[in-house]
Amino acid sequence: MSAAGATQAAPILEVRGIGKVYGSVIALSDISTSVGAGEVLCVLGDNGAGKSTLLKVLAGVHPHSSGEVLLDGAAVRFTGPRLALDAGIATVYQDLAIVPLMPVWRNFFLGAELSAGIGPFSRLKVAEMRAITLAQLGRMGIDLRDVDQPIGTLSGGERQSVAIARAIYFGARVVILDEPTSALGVKQAGVVLRYVAQARDHGLGVVFVTHNPHHAYPVGDRFLVLNRGASLGEFDRKGITIDELTRLMAGGAELDSLARELERS
Amino acid sequence: MTMLTTPGAAAESTADERLARTHPVVRLLRRPEIGALVAALAIFVYFSVATASFLSPAGVATWLYSASLFGIMAVAVAMLMIGGEFDLSAGAMTGTTGLLVGAFTTQWGMNLWFAMLLALLIALAVGAFNGFLVVKTGIPSFIVTLGTFFILQGLNLAGTKLVTGQVAIQGMTLVPGFEAGKAIFGSTIPVLGVNLKVSVFWWLGITAVASWMLLRTRYGNWIFAIGGQLQSAVQTGVPVKRTRIGLFMGTAAAGWLVGMLSLFDVATVQATTGIGQEFIYIICAVVGGCLLTGGYGSAIGAALGALIYGMILQGIVFAQWDNNWLKAFLGGMLLLAVLVNLSVRRQAGVRA
Repeated sequence: MSAAGATQAAPILEVRGIGKVYGSVIALSDISTSVGAGEVLCVLGDNGAGKSTLLKVLAGVHPHSSGEVLLDGAAVRFTGPRLALDAGIATVYQDLAIVPLMPVWRNFFLGAELSAGIGPFSRLKVAEMRAITLAQLGRMGIDLRDVDQPIGTLSGGERQSVAIARAIYFGARVVILDEPTSALGVKQAGVVLRYVAQARDHGLGVVFVTHNPHHAYPVGDRFLVLNRGASLGEFDRKGITIDELTRLMAGGAELDSLARELERS
Repeated sequence: MTMLTTPGAAAESTADERLARTHPVVRLLRRPEIGALVAALAIFVYFSVATASFLSPAGVATWLYSASLFGIMAVAVAMLMIGGEFDLSAGAMTGTTGLLVGAFTTQWGMNLWFAMLLALLIALAVGAFNGFLVVKTGIPSFIVTLGTFFILQGLNLAGTKLVTGQVAIQGMTLVPGFEAGKAIFGSTIPVLGVNLKVSVFWWLGITAVASWMLLRTRYGNWIFAIGGQLQSAVQTGVPVKRTRIGLFMGTAAAGWLVGMLSLFDVATVQATTGIGQEFIYIICAVVGGCLLTGGYGSAIGAALGALIYGMILQGIVFAQWDNNWLKAFLGGMLLLAVLVNLSVRRQAGVRA
C-alpha cells in the first residue's frame, strides 16, 4: 500500500452539522468534519470541549441528536458500538480493553479467537494466532521478543500500539484513538505517534482525539478544534502553525493574559 | 527503543528466530505450577525416606486416593478462581449429592441411575443459582456461596435426620445396580502392583480436560480474561455472564462427582461429608499457583496442590506424628504460596 500523504482522500466517515443534546445540555452543536483513507484527523480541545461526545457519536455509543453521519457517502445512524464496529469503525479507549496478566497473543485475539473443530471439541489455533500477532505487530513496527509475555509487561506505548494493531487486524477502516498519549511520558508518546503514522500509511483513517497540540501537530493532516461543544474551525496543517493551534485551543487572548499574570507573580 | 521497520518484510523474516529466543527452561519456570511441583517432589522425597510405609503399595494407594478426591474439587475450584470467583459451597455439595442419591434410593426406592442423574441436575441448578446471583447482583461470590454453603449444610443435616432418623445414610449395598455403579466410581485398578482407586483416574482425566480447556480452547481464554480484567472481557465481546455461570456449575458438577466417588467407595454417607473442606480446595488451588484475585493459575497446579495435601495428610499418619501438625503445615504452605504468587503478579501485572 502506498504511503501517500493523501490530503484529499474520499471520506470514509463524514459528519455534517452534527449535534448532541443530553437532556437540556447541548454537548455538541453543528460540527462538520470527515476522515478518509490514509488520513489523520486530530480532534483537539480542552476538557469539556466536546471531544468525548464527538467520539461517542462516531463510535456508536450515543447516537447523534441532529445533523447526519455518513459512511462512504451514505447516511447511517449507529445505535450501538457493535454497529460501528461492523462498519469498520474501531475505537481504542484509554483503558485499551486488555488483560494485563494474559500473553500478548491471547490479548490480541481476545473475544475473536481462531479455533478449529466443532462445538465443544474445537481447539485454539495457537501457532497461527502467535504467528499472526507477531506479523501484525511487526507490520506496525512493534518489535516484540516474545508474544507469550504478559501484555502487562509491555510499556504503556507498546500496549497502546498493540490495541491499535488489534483494531486494524480485525477489519477497521477508521480507528478512533481516545487520548492515546495522555498518560504517557514524552518517549512513550513518541512511540505511539509513530504507530499512528504507521496506521495511516497502511491506508487507515485515523481520528486522533487529544488535548495536546504538540502530539497532534506532527502527525495530523487536519485539525478540528472544539470549544464548549462548538467548532472553532478545521485547519489543514499547511494553514496553521503549532503556535497558532496552541493559542486557539487555549482560547488565544485568555492565554496571553494568563501569561502576563503568571509573569508578575 | 523500538525501531521503525519496513512494514511486513522485516517482521516476517525474523518471526521464527524471535519465537525461538525464549529458552525452554525459562518458559518452564514461568509456568504457574512450578512452585507446587518443586514442593510436591520435596515432600514426596521426605516422607519416602522418613517413613517405611509411604512408598509401600498400600501407602501409595492411600495418599493417591486422598489426593484424588481433593484434586478433582481443587481443579474445578481453580478454574472458578482463575475466573475471579470463589465457591464456598463446593465442599458441602459433595455431601449433598451423596445424601440425595442415598435418600432417593434407600428411602424411596428410586432407580439408582435416575437418582444419580437427578442429583447431578440438582447440583447443576445450585451452581447455576450461585452464578446467576453473582452475575446479576454483583454481590461477591464469597458471600453468595457462603450463603449456599450454610443452606446446604443445614439441609444435609436436618434433611438426613428427617428422612432416616440418623445422621448418616446406610445400606447402599442393597440398592439394585450398586455393583455396576461401584465399577465406575468405587472400583480398584491394579497398576504396577499398586491397587489404585478408580478416583485417581477420574482425577487425572479431569485435570487433563481442565488443562486443555484452559489453555487450548476459547473458553479458557475467556476464563482468564474474565478473572484478569472483567471490563476488558466485556469490551472485547466475551460472553461474560454465560462463562461465569458455567464455572459455578462446573464446581457443582465436580462436587457431584466427588459425592459419587465417596458414596460408592464406602456405601455410606455421613451428613457432615465435605463440610470444612471448601477452604482446602482453595488452598490447593493457591498452592498450585492460582491468584486469589483471579486471572492467573493452572489446573495442573491445583492437582499438584491436592497431591501435596494428600501426601502430607497421609504422610503425617505414617510418620505417627500428631495429626494437628497438618493444619499448621497447611497454613504455612498457603502463606508461602501467596507470597510467591504475589511476586508473579508484581512482575507481570502492574507496570505503568
